[in-house]
Amino acid sequence: MIDFSLPERVKQQAQMTEMVALQVMRPKARYYDEHEHERPVEYVQFMWPVMADQQKRYLERERRKAQSAGEEKPSDDGQKEPSTYVIGLLHMVERLAWGDVAQYLCTPSGMLGGTAIEAVGTLEQKERFLSRFADAKSPPAWGAMAMTEPGAGSDTSAISTTATLDESTHEWVLNGEKIFCTNGKLALDESNGLVVVWATVDRSAGRAGMKSFVVEAGTPGVRVTKQEHKHGIRASDTVSIVFDNARIPYDNILGSPEVREKDSGSVKGFKGAMKTFDASRPVVAATAVGVARAALEITKEKLAEAGITIRYDAPPHELTAIERDVIEMEAELKASWLLTLRAGSMLDQGESNALESSMCKAKAGQASTHICQKCVEILGPLGYSREWLVEKLMRDSKIADLYEGTHEINQLIVARRILDYSSSELR
Amino acid sequence: MITFTPTEEQGMLVDAIRRYAENQLRKVAHDADEASEVSDDILAKGWELGLLPGLIPEEYGGYADGPGAVTAALALEELAWGDLSIALKLWTPALFALPILISGTDPQKKTYLPAFCDVECPPATAALIEPRVTFDPWRPATTATRCDDGTVMLEGEKTYVPLADTAERMIVYATDSQTGKVDGYIVERGMAGLEIGERNKLMGIRALPTFALKLAGVRVPEANRLGGEAGTNYAAILNRSRIALGALAVGIARAAFEYARDYAKERVQFGAPIATKQAIAFRLADVAIEIDGARLMVWEAAWHADQGHDLTQPATLVKRYAAKMALFATDSGVQVLGGHGYIREHPVERWLRNARGLVTFDGLAIL
Repeated sequence: MIDFSLPERVKQQAQMTEMVALQVMRPKARYYDEHEHERPVEYVQFMWPVMADQQKRYLERERRKAQSAGEEKPSDDGQKEPSTYVIGLLHMVERLAWGDVAQYLCTPSGMLGGTAIEAVGTLEQKERFLSRFADAKSPPAWGAMAMTEPGAGSDTSAISTTATLDESTHEWVLNGEKIFCTNGKLALDESNGLVVVWATVDRSAGRAGMKSFVVEAGTPGVRVTKQEHKHGIRASDTVSIVFDNARIPYDNILGSPEVREKDSGSVKGFKGAMKTFDASRPVVAATAVGVARAALEITKEKLAEAGITIRYDAPPHELTAIERDVIEMEAELKASWLLTLRAGSMLDQGESNALESSMCKAKAGQASTHICQKCVEILGPLGYSREWLVEKLMRDSKIADLYEGTHEINQLIVARRILDYSSSELR
Repeated sequence: MITFTPTEEQGMLVDAIRRYAENQLRKVAHDADEASEVSDDILAKGWELGLLPGLIPEEYGGYADGPGAVTAALALEELAWGDLSIALKLWTPALFALPILISGTDPQKKTYLPAFCDVECPPATAALIEPRVTFDPWRPATTATRCDDGTVMLEGEKTYVPLADTAERMIVYATDSQTGKVDGYIVERGMAGLEIGERNKLMGIRALPTFALKLAGVRVPEANRLGGEAGTNYAAILNRSRIALGALAVGIARAAFEYARDYAKERVQFGAPIATKQAIAFRLADVAIEIDGARLMVWEAAWHADQGHDLTQPATLVKRYAAKMALFATDSGVQVLGGHGYIREHPVERWLRNARGLVTFDGLAIL
């Protein structure tokens, strides 16, 4: 049925997360924006036990699943309770981003790298790689994903980092350069972390040759070369990484190492990782919603202090420009959030959601940017000032329409799906 | 739990309405727009779907088994996908029946609702919109003044009153001249002072006859105030009207989107279907996103209505967003067809004419 009631558990988690946002993140949000490349230690220390516990329980569930894989399952009469995991996650992420999306990106956990491993790794790989994120008593650790290169952004098929198999040592040798890797320095230099690196085992095979490899901290030949200075999300670590004959164990490849023909069937590695975007795009959309909601709330609060309230029942010819702006922004935000919940709900139901995932990312990324930019405008001299958070929210919001698939790439994905066109039919 | 799947029953209802929309409405929509009229038998077939009795509780003769705003939203989307103009004509009696259900006293419900569960639909309507550029649906200029003899006197001008020429009775919304409260009043055909005026000449929704009317000192008994002494829950009625318009907006937008998409895949220029060009493909993608976003907002608002929550903020957001979305979608429908989109042989220009009015049509639909 069509239902919008929030489960109690989700509501409670969301409320707790909001307290973290308010009490841990907001007080330091401006500080870490002004002190780029300093680490948000308060947030990291607070979140590490929470994230480690989550990762620990994930691994326990995976072990149980593997054990019962061969056993006869009790008959499922279809009355299973639908999962609320993703819906719950989206509500939490939205609150964290509402707190400070830049600090949120520094959450000590596997992040996108961990997601890739969870999506396509074997149980052995999950144990080997994810255990470091599952022990609250050990120091915080970070995971990252390195995909983008100077010559390969939206065009992932242009990735030129190579992975060559050294059969004598049974190792992969990585060569190449990655840029714009979120948490790359935290993962490789500042913790016992890891980076999931996209490299090709056969350039001539295009996408079919592309695989992902887990590079652990401490691997020789891996060097973080540059920390970016950014428009926003300045507390987040964004780096370039050079791989110079970096050797990693053969078993660090995720998915099958085999190269298939371009058009034959599903190739677990590349498509598996593309599928992780179907799961991560709604999360990014949720962060976009959180940032914009923060901007809108601050704006309404400041307007109210100045004696300006929003009348929902004023006729159009009497609505002030600002009332109209606020009402429109609220509507845009609501549409973005509902699209995000829909994409997440499909994941909870185990449904494929590539179209809905790209829809919510495109919508939320753009709406959030426009909302935050508009809020700076509305608040005039104080909106533009660094004394208030709104100008930072505008800078922080823009990235949502750029990373994990630019707005245009997500539009392209939506367009292909609604037109039923393949990637060669619609470029 | 947050879920987005209609029930099986709702699915079956939607299928039945889709068949009616495709086999009946779509077949006559063009000619009905050209001729500014549609035959009664199309409406009779629509009445057979039993949509309105499905929203009226059993104790008043219907077969609703709970609040049905979400179901109504699903139904209205399909009807508008067929044809907005005929859909509005089919749904006109609801403009009388549903406010009675939402805000009537128990005697009012018992008196009026059973007739709407009959084989034949009683001719009834409502008058809300007024002929002013500065018309404010929250504050009608039509006045209601309590008189010493226990009647209420109605004064003012209304317009866009659907089927006023054949209606046996109508609800007229007016502002109490002393308290400023807005209430609905049941006005019967033939009451002194009720002057049905000219049929409106409108840009779209041409199969729906709507009329100007004048209330020149019409006296109605106190008992005809919708909601009795407590008065009318006007906010609920206006808000639910806006949510209904949102659902209709989604339907007509979807029609335009599908038509433009299919056309773009067929139409070859520069050696390939125009759908393979990003300017066209991206526009269609944006329309699809907006339609889905608006639909979810309509569903959420309808769900709030079924829960009995306050509706003013959600309904206002829905109305703004859905009207804007419908304009974007139907304008895109014309744009994607290029010059051909401008010609009345294709439905897209009609959908644009129809959809542009949704922002103005407060009170022309309700759920």
